[in-house]
Amino acid sequence: MNNTTPVRVDESVYDDDIVRKFFVATVLWGVVGMLLGVLIALQLAWWPANLGLPWTTFGRLRPLHTNAVIFAFAGNICFAGIYYSMQRLLKTRMYSDTMSHIHFWGWQLIIVAAAITLPLGLTQSKEYAELIWPIDVAITVVWVVFAVNFFGTIAIRKVKHLYVAIWFYMSFVITIAVLHIVNSLAVPATLTRSYPVYAGLTDALVQWWYGHNAVGFFLTTPFLGLMYYFLPRAAERPVYSYRLSIVHFWALVFLYIWTGPHHLLYSALPDWAQTLGMVFSIMLLAPSWGGMLNGLLTLRGAWDRVRTDPVLKFMVVAVSFYGMSTFEGPMMAIRGVNGLAHYTNWVIGHVHSGALGWVGMITFGILYWLVPRLWKRDLAYPGWATTHFWLATIGIVLYTVSMWAAGLMEGLMWRAVSDQGTLANPAFMDIVNQLHPFFWLRLVGGVLYLTGVLMMSWNFIRTVSGPGLQVQPASVPATS
Amino acid sequence: MTNDTSKRDPFHRRVLESKAGLFAVLTTVAISIGGIVEIVPMFTAAAGPERATWVTPYTPLEVAGRDIYIREGCYVCHSQMVRPMRAELLRYGEWSRAAEYQYDHPFLLGSRRIGPDLQRVGGKYPDAWHYEHMRDPRSMTPGSVMPAYAWLLERHVDPEDVRASLRALRGTGVPYTDEDIDGAAASMQAQANDIVARLAQQNITAAPDLEIVALTAYLQRLGQDGRKAIQAGLTAPSQAQ
Repeated sequence: MNNTTPVRVDESVYDDDIVRKFFVATVLWGVVGMLLGVLIALQLAWWPANLGLPWTTFGRLRPLHTNAVIFAFAGNICFAGIYYSMQRLLKTRMYSDTMSHIHFWGWQLIIVAAAITLPLGLTQSKEYAELIWPIDVAITVVWVVFAVNFFGTIAIRKVKHLYVAIWFYMSFVITIAVLHIVNSLAVPATLTRSYPVYAGLTDALVQWWYGHNAVGFFLTTPFLGLMYYFLPRAAERPVYSYRLSIVHFWALVFLYIWTGPHHLLYSALPDWAQTLGMVFSIMLLAPSWGGMLNGLLTLRGAWDRVRTDPVLKFMVVAVSFYGMSTFEGPMMAIRGVNGLAHYTNWVIGHVHSGALGWVGMITFGILYWLVPRLWKRDLAYPGWATTHFWLATIGIVLYTVSMWAAGLMEGLMWRAVSDQGTLANPAFMDIVNQLHPFFWLRLVGGVLYLTGVLMMSWNFIRTVSGPGLQVQPASVPATS
Repeated sequence: MTNDTSKRDPFHRRVLESKAGLFAVLTTVAISIGGIVEIVPMFTAAAGPERATWVTPYTPLEVAGRDIYIREGCYVCHSQMVRPMRAELLRYGEWSRAAEYQYDHPFLLGSRRIGPDLQRVGGKYPDAWHYEHMRDPRSMTPGSVMPAYAWLLERHVDPEDVRASLRALRGTGVPYTDEDIDGAAASMQAQANDIVARLAQQNITAAPDLEIVALTAYLQRLGQDGRKAIQAGLTAPSQAQ
């Protein structure tokens, strides 16, 4: 990766204990978050699954699902991957072990607080920023600790040049801080309730500037950083193009931040802002595909191993879904397309092709790659990793295809007007009734995906608690 | 730190990607420009969302109802934004004007329509419809996938809590006066009594301090200011596309 003289550092210098902690948290919260996803999918197909309790209704659990998957599952793997890779890329232990632990326990405590407050109906209502203001303050504190530890580690690095993964991590650390603080500014009424300082459409714009860049800088840039470290390691090939990584990094971080208003097309938000959001969303396709191509082309000469190595299978499908959803996103941000897609299940399908396809699959690839290295044991059931891969892939396909179909149907039925100039489907319920087969199909897709994750979890439990073979791992064993 | 970058390295590699502080500053600049360009003008009259004098702040009872709407996550399945499209005008009524949201902290436009849009639901159904619909959605809308919210028919609203909300909302810029805040309990009582009286006409007995009464007050208020202003010709010339 670095064509200069390598600095030799003994692996024992690195703090892998913190990586193991974040690893375990990733798996645990992944199961919780996806179990919640399956439950709320069932609630839409079969309303009695709301259980008749205030704490378990769709309206309260859906935000818990999104928070668990984004900040607990995806967040913890980002931290695990960053702590593992940045120590090795910078040839130094983390700046402060204490800060690493404050970061870890603080973050888990925030997740537990979310899991308690959201079912209680304590929420600020802004998507992916629902948590009440005292938790927002805690997030800020923990993030600052993480940032100091992060930049401290960079300051004590033993190599001068910063590898591309570090750039992406840096944009993650900086931008999430900016987004979180600006979007969370609120006047407290009580300990659990507050109101944002922004009003109406300004609040909406600030929220979607935050919301879309939570996608951009929590679910995209750190994961691209992880891709730039773990994909070349797993493929044992250098990154395809250093120049491409420079161009697509700067273009991506500059363009992403403008795209929020595409969530407010056809609203009364001033037209100039809507148009900016649309135009920048379309331009974003270029740097997104720059990243995808750099990832896929890194595999040149290693494609035969994709057939046998489950780690590479997960990563290839992840990068492919990244490419697909970053094509779909700009298309959906075009005003006319958005007029059809907005408020429908198509958006849910789009989000999950990114979350299940890109974020989920690359996470599984990294986890399977890390487990023999972190615990010095071979995978207990190597064949299960491939089964997991196929369950997840089929699950995603069922999920996204059912939601695309449902979304298109909804969008078309909502807008259909008869020859007499009246609504073709005046009863909203007539349209809802048509969605049930797709809701069930989506549930099947989600259950398959969750089954794969449960198999992975059991596999890891058996691996870690199994006999300490002390095998020096080369890679995850081929399944054949 | 060992100096492992050779003199032949290109500029960006030697300087930019080797100086972490500079790299962090430039990244911060790159991610700030879009947000500044889009958000700052929102606070100006010329480029920001329109404001109007025909919108009045929510009453204390409606604020209590809105807090319940937020608590239960109603916005997760219901939008409050009628788009300027033919089918939406037919289905929901007048498209949403910017000023209608000017006292909304937080905004509740929503991002998904599992159920119908609620921007113009105010006045669409009688109070008793909302009461029965929350108790059992399928009694009013057969086939509905909405959960029942029976606890709204049992829980009570605390006027002190509402006053805390009003004070905080005043802090965000909503023009509540001291009299509004001091008189919150009386105002809530009066508005709730009207709703209770209308429910009684439908043989529903409800205490005025129930959460369902506050939520009904909020739902019945939705879109009313805009509808009246549009009918009176007070809104700006059409922006409809």
